[in-house]
Amino acid sequence: MAENLNEQIPTVIADRVDIVYRVNGTGAGRGSATAALNRILRRKQTEKASGVRKVHAVKQVSFVAYKGEAIGLIGTNGSGKSTLLKAVAGLLPVENGAIYTDGQPSLLGVNAALMGDLTGERNVYLGGLAMGMSREQIKERYQEIVDFSGINDKGDFITLPMRTYSSGMGARLRFSIAAAKDHDVLLIDEALATGDRSFQKRSEARIRELRKHAGTVFLVSHNNKSIRDTCDRVLWLERGELRMDGPTEDVLKEYEAFTGDKKPRAKPKPKVAQPA
Amino acid sequence: MSQVLDTPPPTTTAPPDDVDLAALAARHGLSVSGARPTLPEYVRQLWARRHFIAAFSTAKLTAQYSQAKLGQLWQVMNPLLNAAVYFLIFGVLLGTKQGVPDYVPFLVTGVFIWTFTQSSILAGTRAISGNLGLVRALHFPRAALPISFCLQQLQQLLFSMGALVVILLAFGVPVAASWLLAVPTLVLQFTFNAGVSLIMARVGAKTPDIAQLMPFVLRTWMYTSGVMWSIDHLLAKHTDWPSWVGPVLQANPPAVYIDLMRFALIDSFHGSQLPPHVWALATGWALLAGVGGFIYFWKAEETYGRG
Repeated sequence: MAENLNEQIPTVIADRVDIVYRVNGTGAGRGSATAALNRILRRKQTEKASGVRKVHAVKQVSFVAYKGEAIGLIGTNGSGKSTLLKAVAGLLPVENGAIYTDGQPSLLGVNAALMGDLTGERNVYLGGLAMGMSREQIKERYQEIVDFSGINDKGDFITLPMRTYSSGMGARLRFSIAAAKDHDVLLIDEALATGDRSFQKRSEARIRELRKHAGTVFLVSHNNKSIRDTCDRVLWLERGELRMDGPTEDVLKEYEAFTGDKKPRAKPKPKVAQPA
Repeated sequence: MSQVLDTPPPTTTAPPDDVDLAALAARHGLSVSGARPTLPEYVRQLWARRHFIAAFSTAKLTAQYSQAKLGQLWQVMNPLLNAAVYFLIFGVLLGTKQGVPDYVPFLVTGVFIWTFTQSSILAGTRAISGNLGLVRALHFPRAALPISFCLQQLQQLLFSMGALVVILLAFGVPVAASWLLAVPTLVLQFTFNAGVSLIMARVGAKTPDIAQLMPFVLRTWMYTSGVMWSIDHLLAKHTDWPSWVGPVLQANPPAVYIDLMRFALIDSFHGSQLPPHVWALATGWALLAGVGGFIYFWKAEETYGRG
């Protein structure tokens, strides 16, 4: 990875990054009123004694991502993948070290900005604006977003409140809104797992398209197949530490041996499971 | 996690400890992710998101009553019912209305203007702590949230003002050119509210417990702000009070904005009832809270949403 350092243009550099979460009111009896009072009165004591638990989510992770790369992030649940992604996006502060980026990396996801009580149509605008698109840009892409989501395939659903959508429909619209914007550095967190099979195919195609426009793509997924399909390099995180960093096949082979998943990953829906 | 996963294999690729990554970043002009922008840059970013701020506030407002059968009618019903309760207690039961001409318009104006400040500050306190999902998912200047919530309250107030005009006309208050003064008053009050909201948003983000305390603080503040009684009358009744009490009560920002709005809308509320230099006071509070609150909020920009 370091041999052609001078020729490639780095877009994201993580320099010995530590990320620590602090959680209030944990531990035995620490959530009680007396413990809380104790915590306020005796500020100077160690954080552990005061009932604040520290969770060291990412430990000493370093990597350099280059323009044109698609990088998969893998690891078992709770290994710090999503946390690292959020730190790259600048949404979580790092405890030690630093993350340097070219431009503003964006997380693919607008779920939090959308409101179930509003119609799909208004949510398209709201989500687009939240991602920093202009009204004109959204107007331009509006039909594309709706068509892509396939929301209107079964009738005029876009003018109904989003809370009336089925979970699959909602997920499809959310992905369509999020994927409507072009990004310099794109961070995707398990977005491919949404929707039915045909929508997943469309999503993967859209990700590849986004990758063409974006400088660098990061993809967090538990679906090894979609990592294989989209990424050419993989970072493997385990308990917050970077276990491996290398070409997709090499890392996935080790990872599958580690998780005991030697055969191609079984799909959630048995009927679409087919040997690769 | 299962037992098998507790023994991870040895690290095969060590991070390149020998490479100076900071220097590499500097050579290619990369910037630190999530760093706080400079103040002018922050203002520019915020301005670029003005459409989001407006859309978010309108969306919140609409979503508020979308499940109610009467729908958006509640935008007007809510403040009216509120005023009715205060009229019943203070106007009828406690008899505060003695000596106050046009008591109903006087009271309703006070309640509406106070509610604007109160709900702005309450919403501001929860602006960051109640929207962590949004803060952790998307990148935008965080000041957009408290400002957006204040804008939502302003829109809510405009509905109330519509109802207020009907009440004014029903109680025989004539339409006058002075009604136009309502506009600068609202602009100043909005700036003040936004500033206090920004301050409370930062405090509430660090200490969410504040949100539990605020309703009590605000209720105390309401009773000292002359919402349902006239500060003038009170001072005239209590001549034995120390001399500083009067000016302090009158310089209280919500009291200033409430009195200015009454002066603008109600013909029997004379300029003589306003504290001296009232416009300077109103502008001063707005600038102090607005500018101070904005800078105070910006100073902690990079810490919002921390785990």
